[in-house]
Amino acid sequence: MSNEELDKEMKELLKQAIAPAQDSELRRDLWPQMLRKLDQQPIPVATVPWFDWLLASLAGAALLFFPGIIPALFYHL
Amino acid sequence: MELLERFAAGDLEAFEVLFRQHQKEVYAWIVRIVRDTGIAEDLTVETFWRIYKHRSQFRPDGNFRAWARRIGTNAALDHLRQAHPESELPDNLACASTGDPALGSERRRQVKEAFHQLPAKYRLVATLALIEDEPYANIAQAVGISESLVKVRLFRAVRMLRKKLNSLRPEVTTK
Repeated sequence: MSNEELDKEMKELLKQAIAPAQDSELRRDLWPQMLRKLDQQPIPVATVPWFDWLLASLAGAALLFFPGIIPALFYHL
Repeated sequence: MELLERFAAGDLEAFEVLFRQHQKEVYAWIVRIVRDTGIAEDLTVETFWRIYKHRSQFRPDGNFRAWARRIGTNAALDHLRQAHPESELPDNLACASTGDPALGSERRRQVKEAFHQLPAKYRLVATLALIEDEPYANIAQAVGISESLVKVRLFRAVRMLRKKLNSLRPEVTTK
């Protein structure tokens, strides 16, 4: 039996066991529910992760204590 | 400023307009996947919450409808993954028929059980392609994969289903 025939056979079997959805119409406006969710779970403000601050601090400290690396940094940029 | 630009900039009124324009379509897509009206309503709201959360990633010249459908599909997939595997297949959705009377109730139960045991990503593709007759191209766009991968997942889903059904009751699928 080919794959297509197997698919067809399984499709028939599934459709007999689980009928396709007929009524998929939304009965009510969900906007009030949406507003409630926005109140309960406000969209988080984009924040800088702590490890980014750590990396920036380390880079700043390196530039402060070893200013000799600044020309090398510019050379590689 | 255009509606989509205002939405991307975080305008809540623009978001409300888009919500009202697309909520029915997003709900109709999700309910066909999860097959439970209450869960589909919650997931529709969850979908739009994600849409609003990631609004800055949306390009105003892009296709909002396709974007919303894709996020809705992901929300539905997350739900299928989290749903308890031992729970029954939700069945509160009005269906085309209550099932073929020729197909015994025991056999229907076996098919449902085997189908519900499929991994979520295969169940999603199989539901849309085999039960809802959705074209592969639409499924591919909604899931964010190629049509070829849709066919691969469908092939694997059918193979897994046959294997499970054979182990439950050999005469169901052997010819």
